[in-house]
Amino acid sequence: MIAILTRPEFIASAISFSVILLLGTLGELLTERAGHLNLGVEGMMLLGGSFGYYAAVQTNSLLITFLAACLGSGLGALMYGFLTVTLRVNQNVTGLALTMFGAGLANSVGSKVAGTTTPEAIRAYFLYQPFHIDHPSNDFLKYINRAFLSHDLFVYSAILLAFILAVFLFRTREGLALRLTGENTAAADASGIKVTRIKYMYIVLGGMLCGLGGLYLPLVQQGSWTDSMTAGQGWLVVALVIFVRWHPIKAIAGSFVFGALSILGYYVQLNPDLSAMPIFNQYIMSMFPFLLTIIVLVIASARKRAWSGPAEIGHSYFREDR
Amino acid sequence: MFRIAKREKSSLSDSFLFRILGFIVGMGLSMLFIGVLGHNPFKSMTTLLSGAFGTANAFRNTLTFAIPLATTALGLSVAFRMKFWNIGGEGQLLMGATAAMFISMVTGPNTSGWILIPTMLIAGFIGGAVWAMIPGIFRIHLRTNETLFTLMMNYLAIEFVKYLYYNLWKDPGRSGFPGIKSIQTQAFLPRVMGVSVGVLIPVVLTVVVFILVNKTKPGYEIRVVGESEPTANYAGMNVKKIMLGGVLLSGGIVGLAGAAKLAGETFTLTESLAGGAGFTAIVIAWLANLSAPIILVVSFLFAALEQGAQTIQLRLGVPAAVAEIIKGLMLMSFLGSEFFLRYRLIYDRRKPVKQQILVEDKPVCSGDPPATLGSEGKEGET
Amino acid sequence: MTLPSDQYGALAFSMRGISKSFGSVCANEQIDFMVRQGEIHALLGENGSGKSTLMNVLSGVYRPDCGSLEVFGKQRFFHSPGDAIRCGIGMVYQHFKLAESLTATDNIMAGLSRTQIADAIRSVRQAADSDGHEDKTAAPIRSSGYRKNWKSDLVRRFASRFHVEFDPDKPASQLSVSEKQSVEIIKVLIRGAKILVLDEPTAVLTPQETKRLFGVLRNMRDRGCSVVFISHKLGEIMELCDRVTVLRKGRSVDTLVVSEVDTYDLVERMVGHKVELEIARPDPNPEHEECLRVDSLSYLDEKGVRKLSGVSFSTFYGEILGVAGLAGGGQKELCEVIAGIIRPDGGAIAVDGESITGLSPRSISAKGVSMCFIPEDRLGMGLVASMGMVENVLLKEYAFQKGIFIHSDAARSKSEQIVEELDILTPSISHPVRLLSGGNIQKVILGREIHLKPKLMIAAYAVRGLDIQSSYTIYRLLNEQKARNVSVLYIGEDLDVLMALCDRILVLCQGENMGIVDARNTTKIELGQMMSGTKLEVLRSGVDYVSNR
Repeated sequence: MIAILTRPEFIASAISFSVILLLGTLGELLTERAGHLNLGVEGMMLLGGSFGYYAAVQTNSLLITFLAACLGSGLGALMYGFLTVTLRVNQNVTGLALTMFGAGLANSVGSKVAGTTTPEAIRAYFLYQPFHIDHPSNDFLKYINRAFLSHDLFVYSAILLAFILAVFLFRTREGLALRLTGENTAAADASGIKVTRIKYMYIVLGGMLCGLGGLYLPLVQQGSWTDSMTAGQGWLVVALVIFVRWHPIKAIAGSFVFGALSILGYYVQLNPDLSAMPIFNQYIMSMFPFLLTIIVLVIASARKRAWSGPAEIGHSYFREDR
Repeated sequence: MFRIAKREKSSLSDSFLFRILGFIVGMGLSMLFIGVLGHNPFKSMTTLLSGAFGTANAFRNTLTFAIPLATTALGLSVAFRMKFWNIGGEGQLLMGATAAMFISMVTGPNTSGWILIPTMLIAGFIGGAVWAMIPGIFRIHLRTNETLFTLMMNYLAIEFVKYLYYNLWKDPGRSGFPGIKSIQTQAFLPRVMGVSVGVLIPVVLTVVVFILVNKTKPGYEIRVVGESEPTANYAGMNVKKIMLGGVLLSGGIVGLAGAAKLAGETFTLTESLAGGAGFTAIVIAWLANLSAPIILVVSFLFAALEQGAQTIQLRLGVPAAVAEIIKGLMLMSFLGSEFFLRYRLIYDRRKPVKQQILVEDKPVCSGDPPATLGSEGKEGET
Repeated sequence: MTLPSDQYGALAFSMRGISKSFGSVCANEQIDFMVRQGEIHALLGENGSGKSTLMNVLSGVYRPDCGSLEVFGKQRFFHSPGDAIRCGIGMVYQHFKLAESLTATDNIMAGLSRTQIADAIRSVRQAADSDGHEDKTAAPIRSSGYRKNWKSDLVRRFASRFHVEFDPDKPASQLSVSEKQSVEIIKVLIRGAKILVLDEPTAVLTPQETKRLFGVLRNMRDRGCSVVFISHKLGEIMELCDRVTVLRKGRSVDTLVVSEVDTYDLVERMVGHKVELEIARPDPNPEHEECLRVDSLSYLDEKGVRKLSGVSFSTFYGEILGVAGLAGGGQKELCEVIAGIIRPDGGAIAVDGESITGLSPRSISAKGVSMCFIPEDRLGMGLVASMGMVENVLLKEYAFQKGIFIHSDAARSKSEQIVEELDILTPSISHPVRLLSGGNIQKVILGREIHLKPKLMIAAYAVRGLDIQSSYTIYRLLNEQKARNVSVLYIGEDLDVLMALCDRILVLCQGENMGIVDARNTTKIELGQMMSGTKLEVLRSGVDYVSNR
């Protein structure tokens, strides 16, 4: 087991798998920092994935692919934002509606590019590995090279983004305004912060990040579109945000853990001795990320004080409320 | 420039009007999306309708679709009354079916259907109840987020059934494709005019749930707990017990839906047995405002949507996933219409602050009646 | 009505013809309100007279239905609180608007623009220059390089200009109520407010803290700022303010110079007719028969904060025992522990010698102990807000009905009876109670509880938010209960009322019993010292104890 966990191939694919979760987590984290719980991550990921993948197949242009992914997921997030911010609808139910709508629209769009694979022109971008060492001199370097340095630019950008967001949240005025909005919207409003604008902005931005995360799945990881291919990862993200306590840098570690757990089953199957044990059965192992999520939820509730998120989550703000 | 004011109460006709508007907007948006996807929205809609009601067979299929939807929605509505956001209907349904399957597998082939069917239904109830109880207990004692917990239970149930399907319960007699043996033939629910008698389950449950919620002590307690837990505590209610009871009942009814689907429709267990009914039922319960009789009606309409979507995929090549689009948009526009029941939009003629600083305004009295807007209404604040 | 403007300073702002209604309730109706620069102007009115609404209009929270606003001579129309701040209007809300998990500094600095920060730095520098002495630590705020805590430095020094102190690095959740208020004041001052509006600022303060606040406000007036002081406490207005505007039922009645009027005059204008300000206090039952006995009660809340520690006392039949203390001092928990809603961690509670420690409300009544509790949060705990009176009356009865079905006939007739007895204004007994006015909501609870024929009645903040008329009705009802030999435990916040209504007063401070005094011969000073943590024995033993708060 340890042998599997420390294999450079395992670590490498865990990292590339966790990118999806990381981007989603960062996106949802921004949304929640604005005081809105968007349960529609699954839908937004699918929207981003299908729109982006569709654009990739149609245009062969990376830029348009990214823009399309942002457009699809941003559209979903905007609908969520309009309903919860302006129309002050229950956030939970709206998120579920978004999941449903997103999955429906994504699968409809995706069905138009069923049976295709990622165009070579796009794939080429993701073959470029900026930190890859061509001829590692010793074993240690070889290991590092294989596990950590052989990823595409997208992966490193996502990790860099986590650091940027951390600086943004905790070191800038705009970040403070966002945090205050999520902690006490009325206070932010009274302090002259434009809360409606902030909420819309970070809900949409957060949605776009989720969409970019979702894009990685069909475009790079699988190389083709399958209906509802996120298979619950969007929901893992919602729990991950709690797990990392709304902190972007912890999100890197958190999504790595969940990413590793998600692909562990695959690596265990390669070992016939292990996979013969019922606990390491493929389907039982598929439960692990979900079980871990449940454990996270339970711990979070048992230790309410340390694990409570932005105070406004779930509340609609109407200035004239008394 | 619009500003928003709170409405004190809304009349019944308003509520009706805005819901109709919500329906129209939802339909309009759905057709827009179908159009954007490159299909003829009008043809899609008419085909959808004829696919759902056009022939006796289509109608039977629609009814068959409606059974699990209505039963599940009724079950969920009990939890929703307590503001327990049970979105684990999918898993509870699946575990209900699994429990019923288990009964069919362990009983001898000579067991009479009169014993077998009720036992399976009861087992289904228990299966669903247990699956709901796990998150329920954590919610009650630790206030664990039940929304996510119940949701995760869905995935656990799916993986668990896959495990049974491919490993533990794999039918050794089968060659090629793996699968679980069908349930015993005497456990098949009898059919009347091509529809399983399971159709009676949601009808009976509607009456039971309605009376329970509105006329009995436990129902009253459930409603009070849902409105305000502190009040329930204050009145001396045992909130934990009430909530646990409600959760068990909710999960149980959903589990029953699973058992009924197994015995009346699929006859064998697969991981896709629930087929999204757990999620659709959330939409139904919400659209029906948790009222049992309305749930029955809405379920039927949603069943028609599902059935119709299959038809348009077959006949027009429109992806069946548009059913999900319609569901999502319907829910969103209904949710949106609630805003207009709770708030009023008032047209404000006063100019935005930046221009007004130099302008010498006279005091303006806006005595004009509130502007009524459709659900597509403009953004309220600037 | 308007005084010649040259007699005092120029107008700071003027509101003319302001109207604002919520649904069918007209909170403000054609109100005129003018405040000059360099004055402390009181806005006096009963609860529900529209004071807060008017000030929320001024601070941009509410948009008026009609009317105009002029600030420093310019016509303004605010679309958001941000607009008001930019025009120099700062509001300190009654319910503080602070993010509990953020530090005081973050709460203050969030939303400040670069220019506002620059202005604040400049003003701190100027103050340091004019003071003459070179403050070494003060030298370069944010001048060269990156200094991690320049923000808290700035806040601390800005606050000290106004003689206000708090720890800028503490999260708001750890600040005391008066420190939170200070944070709120600095928050608006650092945004350059020239007009400071304080909504019932003294409701949560001890008499000593109130004094300190008054000092700060006078200091501001002397700097040429305007202060609007919202209150219904006449004594404070007479002590602090220059002029007073009286509101009644959403209309402005009068603007007067404080030194030219007396309190009786003000009350009459405020209420609209002559009122007897005296609260009746019938003599208590002289037998001193013990009803409730509480022995070294302790309670830790969910977060592990000690809310009650070793509280012991007894109540007697036919008397009103008042409980005083600062907000969050453990009063709420005391009530809830006695009523059986939360379980104590230690100690004993007995009624008539029968132990009810740790029992649920239902087991208490099953034991034959008839106790009633009027909670602080009426709609959130005492009632089901969306249900009508009948279903709310059922709350205390349904459990004793036979069978599984609910029978509402008895509750229906009882509701009608309560409506009649207490003059409750409601369209029907099935009208959702949340739509009733505050006074009527309180009457619904009281009516229901009195009908239980209790031996012990616990009333927490029973008159909070009620107008004078309703408040006096409540006092009368409580006195009626006392006359019926009920033992009443009354949690109050207005010391004047406590001293006039109760027979004895128990003071809680951070969950500890500071002592019980005879309400007939105590002083506000004494109560204030006890509220801020001095025990009665210490006070009375003559030791010169200076409160450290």
